[in-house]
Amino acid sequence: MESVVRLQRQLVDYTASLFQEGYLDEQFIQLRQLQDESNPQFAVEVVSLFFEEAERLLDELAKGLSQENTDFKRLDAQVHQLKGSSSSIGAQRVGRICIAFRNYCEMQNVEGCLNSLQQVRQEYSSVKSKLETLFKMERQLSAAGGSVSSP
Amino acid sequence: MEEGESCSARRELTALVVDDQEVLRRIHGRLLKDVGVSHVEAARNGKEAIDIHRGGQSFDLILMDLDMPVMNGIQATRGLRAMGVRSKIAGVSARNEGEGVKEFQEAGLDLLFPKPLTTLHLSSLVTQIKPL
Repeated sequence: MESVVRLQRQLVDYTASLFQEGYLDEQFIQLRQLQDESNPQFAVEVVSLFFEEAERLLDELAKGLSQENTDFKRLDAQVHQLKGSSSSIGAQRVGRICIAFRNYCEMQNVEGCLNSLQQVRQEYSSVKSKLETLFKMERQLSAAGGSVSSP
Repeated sequence: MEEGESCSARRELTALVVDDQEVLRRIHGRLLKDVGVSHVEAARNGKEAIDIHRGGQSFDLILMDLDMPVMNGIQATRGLRAMGVRSKIAGVSARNEGEGVKEFQEAGLDLLFPKPLTTLHLSSLVTQIKPL
């Protein structure tokens, strides 16, 4: 029982820190609220889909920027997609860098795009790690007999 | 008494989510079910949405993304209206004003929502829809 209380406390504190540090926003809360008995893993499933899509897009962006004649229209469309999916799961920091990235695409500024790509990779990597930690803590809590409630 | 008024059972709402990104199809589909839409289908682009309708299906509500490959939301909305589709079509776009959004509205949308969609956006919309 004591470990359940401790795990619950850790989960609440960790989740709060992710919001305070700007990694997540209220869209993530909405995602969690869409979970119920018939869809208990909804948030995990959707976030996993986001990881797959984001990694594919980041690879395509890198390929696009390594080509001699950069197709900025295509790049912009891909960044737009990344912004859309990151915003929909509440990955706020990733979404913000995508806005700047799109501006560089519009200006056809290769160096700006390369810098943005590096930043978005870093932010993606951070939020992925944090979400994986969050979901791991939830699994540990469930395994200990506790229940995961939405923030 | 008009046909249908004597029937006390209210038909449940149906919706079609049109978006090229699976993450968005999943979230929007779940949001719709959460506000009481009982049957939700999905299409990956405007062409699939049109093909679904050509196949004889119809929906009370269509959530139409703007930016999609093969056929975008503007073309799909125009196409559906030209086919005589009377469903409520709600455009969903992350674009800012002036970036083709006006053209999207003029293609035949009933309303336009920004991305990301929320339960609040959809719950008020759903109360306005009468089943076709």
